[in-house]
Amino acid sequence: MIPIRHWIVVTVSLVGTALLFLGAFLTLPAAGEPAPGYLWVALIGAWIIAWKSVSVVAEVFDGRRAATPAAALIFGITLLLIWEIVVRGAQISPVILPPPSAIAARFAASTDILWADFLQTAKGVFAGYFIGCTVGFLAAIAIDRSPFLTRGLLPIGNLVAALPIIGVAPIMVMWYGFDWHSKAAVVIIMCFFPMLVNTVEGLQAADRMQKDLMRTYAASYGQTLMKLRLPAAAPFIFNGLKICSTLALIGAIVAEFFGTPIVGMGFRISTEVGRMNVDMVWAEIAVAAIVGSAFYGAVALIERAVTFWHPSQRG
Amino acid sequence: MRSLLPIITICAAIIAIWYAGTIRMNAQWEYDQAERAGVEIPFTEMVANTMSQERPMLPAPHQVAAEIWETTAEKKLTSKRSLVWHSWITLSATLLGFAFGAILGIALAVGIVHSRAMDRSVMPWVIASQTIPILALAPMFIVVLNALNVEGAVAKAAISTYLSFFPVVVGMVKGLRAPDQMQLDLMRTYNASASATFWKLRLPSSLPFLFPSLKIAAAASLIGAVVAEMTLSQDGGLGARLLNGSYYGQTMMIWAALIAASLLAGVLVAMIGGAGKATMKRMGMGR
Repeated sequence: MIPIRHWIVVTVSLVGTALLFLGAFLTLPAAGEPAPGYLWVALIGAWIIAWKSVSVVAEVFDGRRAATPAAALIFGITLLLIWEIVVRGAQISPVILPPPSAIAARFAASTDILWADFLQTAKGVFAGYFIGCTVGFLAAIAIDRSPFLTRGLLPIGNLVAALPIIGVAPIMVMWYGFDWHSKAAVVIIMCFFPMLVNTVEGLQAADRMQKDLMRTYAASYGQTLMKLRLPAAAPFIFNGLKICSTLALIGAIVAEFFGTPIVGMGFRISTEVGRMNVDMVWAEIAVAAIVGSAFYGAVALIERAVTFWHPSQRG
Repeated sequence: MRSLLPIITICAAIIAIWYAGTIRMNAQWEYDQAERAGVEIPFTEMVANTMSQERPMLPAPHQVAAEIWETTAEKKLTSKRSLVWHSWITLSATLLGFAFGAILGIALAVGIVHSRAMDRSVMPWVIASQTIPILALAPMFIVVLNALNVEGAVAKAAISTYLSFFPVVVGMVKGLRAPDQMQLDLMRTYNASASATFWKLRLPSSLPFLFPSLKIAAAASLIGAVVAEMTLSQDGGLGARLLNGSYYGQTMMIWAALIAASLLAGVLVAMIGGAGKATMKRMGMGR
């Protein structure tokens, strides 16, 4: 139970922050006028108090599940508010950095375009992710049977992970045309090696003792694989799946810079930048961030459900 | 070197698959040419021809090697057609971004380890920052930084920095927290100050985590520079070569640029790995 005085401290600091931000908002000048000096004083004050309330929240709720999300949320809202006030107070040109409110307005006004772009890009992302990860996984199981191949492939796979594979995007667009197939091809290539390397490493994770136990049970290769080695490899496999989930989105969007039908997130970003519609670009960024976080979060949730027994999930 | 033979085998297999792919991908064009000329082309001649097309779908390895040789050894280093010149542009942006990213990452990690408020509030945003596919937004950042009169190389380095600070933060936070309670307690019995604990215990024990993170950061930094150059193509660089190659259908140019970028990445990672090994050895942690 959290003592009542802690609640009072948290409430007071949060209300103080909110009031100072409100004050800063009220002193915002009309467009074209210079901002008064006390605006910046209020802003700096708000920032310091927000910082303080983050540490208060972090301390009061220490060790509780809500601490990290609460502190992060306050920090994020503070960041957005400061962004809004600085952009409007300092009269920064919207071409350089639009205020969050303008981005939100543009987001709300063009949901149909954003949705169409998302659908187009998502086809490449998910098709590529699914095929790339599956093929990498199966290839890992295949080469795992041969120690010779494993020894040769692991160093090469680690090297390939460091290479700028995204550079194959123009080649894939040349081979498979402008539609989503070429994007899926880029994503497959980008996902293959991380998945392969992680799965191979995971399959080596089961220790000697456990393998010997399976042997005393007279378990076949398939039984050992399904009942011992794959479950033991799950944390590594999910690590690969998480890495690939971020790679897939980036790969598909960058591949769209090299040619698409006139729809898609990468296409929209590159054309709207050319037309100086920066708020539209930021709206696409918001979509990409939401999709990226949701994709990563979904993989992490599945991981939690599948590898609930692993120490890293029980903290 | 127990694994030398397997590695060579795998490399040979990749090259063999590449040659097979060359024949398969380029065969259609040869057959079309023969049909247009109204002649029947024998299989052996077709295979020989696929290896030496002017603009192949997939150039053969030796064609790419010849292209690289031509654009590195046979061109003046300052020539705009020299691959060395383009590689240097990419490398300078990469190194600049990598240096900034490493310093920023280490500084953030030190702050996170020493301040609970920073740990709770900044760390989640460091992670969230990586869900924004910055590579995909490179064009906008370049345009915005251009509008602010930032030089091209610095703009590219900014993207590299954004990509490379993250692995360093994560690795360093882990590393700085690696000393166990026993060791921290010992420092305490010595009445060591926070800075002494940092310099004498936390920093040394973070180094085994730092170097692998730096390897990832260097690779990410290079990718950032290459993608940024696709937007800033007037300044040259390997990314610009990729883009120009794709505009003019010069597949050999694309492949040569890709190989050059891969070599750069390999050399960078190997150098950091070497530095890491040497450091570990001097600290008595080497194997």
